[in-house]
Amino acid sequence: MSSADVVIVGAGHAGAQAAIALRANGFTGAVTIIGRENEPPYERPPLSKEYFAREKTFERLYIRPPQFWIEKNVDLRLGVEVISVDPAARSLTLSDGSAYFYGKLIWATGGDPRRLACKGADLMGLHVVRTRADCDQLMGEIHGGVRNIVIIGGGYIGLEAAAVLTKLGCNVILLEALPRVLARVAGPDLSAFYEKEHRDHGVDLRTNVVVESIEGSGRVTGVKLANGELIPAEAVIVGIGIVPAIAPLIAAGAVGANGVEIDEFCRTSLPDVYAVGDCAAFACDFAEGMAMRVESVQNANDQASCVAKAICGDVQPYHALPWFWSNQYDLKLQTAGLSVGYDATVTRGDPATRSFSVVYFKRSKVIALDCVNAVKDYVQGRKLVEAGVSPDPAQVADPSIPLKDLALR
Amino acid sequence: MDTAEFTVIARDGLKGSLAAPAGISLTGALRDAAYDNLLALCGRCCTCATCHVIVDEGDDPLRRVSGADEDDLLDSSDHRAPGSRLIRQLILDAAAAAGMVVRIAAED
Repeated sequence: MSSADVVIVGAGHAGAQAAIALRANGFTGAVTIIGRENEPPYERPPLSKEYFAREKTFERLYIRPPQFWIEKNVDLRLGVEVISVDPAARSLTLSDGSAYFYGKLIWATGGDPRRLACKGADLMGLHVVRTRADCDQLMGEIHGGVRNIVIIGGGYIGLEAAAVLTKLGCNVILLEALPRVLARVAGPDLSAFYEKEHRDHGVDLRTNVVVESIEGSGRVTGVKLANGELIPAEAVIVGIGIVPAIAPLIAAGAVGANGVEIDEFCRTSLPDVYAVGDCAAFACDFAEGMAMRVESVQNANDQASCVAKAICGDVQPYHALPWFWSNQYDLKLQTAGLSVGYDATVTRGDPATRSFSVVYFKRSKVIALDCVNAVKDYVQGRKLVEAGVSPDPAQVADPSIPLKDLALR
Repeated sequence: MDTAEFTVIARDGLKGSLAAPAGISLTGALRDAAYDNLLALCGRCCTCATCHVIVDEGDDPLRRVSGADEDDLLDSSDHRAPGSRLIRQLILDAAAAAGMVVRIAAED
């Protein structure tokens, strides 16, 4: 019978960091990471950026070199999936039929790309971007001559993919169902800016578009829209979000729906079962306690560290400023805070210069910033969000006044 | 391949010497050597400031920031000191790195 004092399910950023932080905090018990992919933990953001663009080799994506896990005595069980959890017996059943017992369980499975529900969604030539294998398959097709690509979804994955593919000389048509791109995560000013950038770089970017079906027999040949138009396509990338991978936990009785629910200590409703990262829903301090999932490397790492410290005896509630980044063309977007629920925005600097920030307010407090090629604003603006200050919007809008000068007001 | 040899002082004060292949970033070298408190989450894009080190001894170019972004980001640290660098920005050069002493900055 296999067992470990701490079993971590999921070998992404959250799972890896949980193990790293356990060891860094002096944990000497047995630690196992169970990962579905046949790869040691690696960074995912480059899959739609530098790795996708072939600017970085896969080995440079390892969160730690493979040797690290051996030296730190972290057992990697790769290529297997947890299919059920028995919280009373503290055991897991794996996809290879074996059982695994845990003292404490850290659920860090992230999510699976949401699939299209329409006809043709299972054709060859449909891609998602979540794993190395996804990315390699797509790049293989492009090396094989595929040039006409439709991207469904105007979120960060879709937009970053569009930027890379355009640079590679592909013809890219990007379809967004809502009236603007990035609608779920940013305000209209930022959306309008990125829409223009992509169009200026040659992307045929269309909003308010409803996909009716994917056409083809065996392999995709086109995308049919609700208005009857048929867009020819040699490949389709679907970037319409993720579904948290929590089915075994929910089946075991954990409370949750869109994400498994955790308290401020990242504990699920099951005894000695924590959840961290993209799959976990929590009352977020930076969104007035709204229950939400935060899909980011920052959140994955910081929640994992929080749990590791708690297991080592330093129990603290999770409280960490959300931050995020996205690279598209020569544009570096850096965000601090969460703009969800904002009631006013101020644009600082002129978007036409391609260096500006959008500052989000709620009840006169600064709650978030989206900074485009504006590292100084990002760095100084973080402190406005952390301090929860209410600066004069007219001063925030004036780029000649450093944001740090407003941090005390 | 050329290797860069230098000294690293970890957060707990322990000193170690490191030989890393030239041409990779210092982040890569430290990660490969399992200096595991150093996060460097953002893949060299200067967003997280978690890859902060202080070059205590070394050639002047190693101790100078490489641009405004790095400078701005270091400004956000409470532990900035002369020689502060974001190591993702620091590509190892065998000759230049010889004799360098790098201290991993305290966590913010």
